[in-house]
Amino acid sequence: MSALLVRQPGLFTTVQDLGRFGAQALGMPVAGAIDPLALRLANALAGNKENEGALEIGFMGPTLEVQADSARIAFVGAVQATIQNGDDAPEKPLATSRSHTLKRGQIVKIGFVSGAAYAYCAVAGGFELPRFMDSLSTYTRAGLGGYNGRKLEAGDVLPVRQAASPKRDLTCAQALPYGDGAIKIVKGPQADYFTDGAFETLLASEYVVTKETDRMGMRLDGPVLAHSKGADIVSDGIATGCIQVPGAGTPIVLLADHQTIGGYPKIATVASADLPRLGQMMPGQRLRFAAIDVAQAETLRRQQEETFKRLLSALAPARPPGGIDVEALGSANLIDGMVDALGRT
Amino acid sequence: MASVSIDNPPLRTLTAGDTAFVVEFGATIDRALNAKVMELHRAIKGASLPGIVETLPTFRSLMVFYDPLTTTRAELEPQVLALAGSRSEQVAAGKLWRLPVCYEGEFAPDLAEVAKRTKLSADRVIALHSGATYFAYVLGFMPGFAYLGGLPNELALPRRKEPRVRVPQNSVAIAGEMTAIYPWESPGGWHLIGRTPIALFDLRREQPILWGAGDEVRFAHVDRATHDGIAAQVAKGSFDHTKLEVRR
Repeated sequence: MSALLVRQPGLFTTVQDLGRFGAQALGMPVAGAIDPLALRLANALAGNKENEGALEIGFMGPTLEVQADSARIAFVGAVQATIQNGDDAPEKPLATSRSHTLKRGQIVKIGFVSGAAYAYCAVAGGFELPRFMDSLSTYTRAGLGGYNGRKLEAGDVLPVRQAASPKRDLTCAQALPYGDGAIKIVKGPQADYFTDGAFETLLASEYVVTKETDRMGMRLDGPVLAHSKGADIVSDGIATGCIQVPGAGTPIVLLADHQTIGGYPKIATVASADLPRLGQMMPGQRLRFAAIDVAQAETLRRQQEETFKRLLSALAPARPPGGIDVEALGSANLIDGMVDALGRT
Repeated sequence: MASVSIDNPPLRTLTAGDTAFVVEFGATIDRALNAKVMELHRAIKGASLPGIVETLPTFRSLMVFYDPLTTTRAELEPQVLALAGSRSEQVAAGKLWRLPVCYEGEFAPDLAEVAKRTKLSADRVIALHSGATYFAYVLGFMPGFAYLGGLPNELALPRRKEPRVRVPQNSVAIAGEMTAIYPWESPGGWHLIGRTPIALFDLRREQPILWGAGDEVRFAHVDRATHDGIAAQVAKGSFDHTKLEVRR
């Protein structure tokens, strides 16, 4: 069997894909990657379809041992991964935003995620795990999906599906199209439960991401938003990105693991194009909101998708770091007869 | 925001970003409103409109999830509202379930308090709770958790002041005008008056979640020995769940 052995689990590593849709009517949260752009890129670098299950790494990544003759692994995100050819061998850096073909016994230490909340690690072929309701996403609160419904623990063995994958490792030179500036929000669904000034306050103020942030929601610290007719509604549907405001008046942005329905009014909803960027924010980070309408939010998302598709089509074969690229040597020789065997031009 | 008057009250559409909108039929918990929600939920399922990801029925509204890379709100909303206007012939009654509940001892830590606060005997609380037919308005809070309306008025109490950190799995609970069963151990503020041996969620079943919104439920009072016998069968996977369906 081809597998990755989890030597150290990291802090919060779960298997996620693009989410579990179609069962919200049964109370099943969508879950899925907090940053779908990064997950899709990781899968593309590994040669997978974009919705394959991959590891979502919160705060600190796992240490994995390759238990396969060959395994191609791709990282996306701000990690400083290293590789060792065994416990006593020296650690060598492993670049992010690219895939690497690894051999049996090699040990990959993913380490801390810096400057962002999540990094992603995909393996070519994907994980051979049972799909639940047509998804590999882990929903830890009910112990469902992914690897036994939970975050990884030391000693876990992640079975890897054997799959034909591209001959060469791939690299991505471009930054993901996260967007920048204020986080775009669309007013509603229950903006009418707030005073006239509340939405203006939300737009005019700076908010800080608090430590009370997880896959379910992000609690923000900042000026309170005043309700005009109480903080209770008859429980109503929730979309990812809805900004719910409980009685205390401080907003909570609902993220991938949010419950399907809730009884607090939601003043606004984060545009889907800005959700990956927001979800990557860490406690202590400051943010502002800017209002756009639905049509603008849809346009923003379509533009982001077009940019992302261009980025995927521009993925390039990677050169082995410091190694001799036999294939480059061969093909380059045919063209100009001169090549630097270390891949430099 | 569009407002189309079909019945009283008029329905409204609410914006929930660029991946969802809400068709709101009213703001109260009411069987007639909920029937309209479920009717639209089914009509959309039947219409297979391009770009719809899924629909989520709640007490009094339907959330419509869509893919903004496939369609737009401007394109989709009129199509959805047209379905809200057209009345389908078939009124799909949900299933009727009959679930065993044991109201004894450690399974009913709040029974005495409920009896005291409602000024009823414990036996009367049990008789009232197991004598009613409940309606699953909506599933939420956790997978398979159904908000069951139809609790006899005599049993209506506000939620506990101090929610429990751990409510045992399969606890049968009441709060407000609702009753519910906790499919998993979880925090919870409802009054615990019994326990069912039936797993609301079981991965070994073809449909892991036992029931759906729109179903009806009755409870059958069983003693501890019966409860434990059924629980053992459920644990082994040998319990025949079709026995619980009074109406399919």
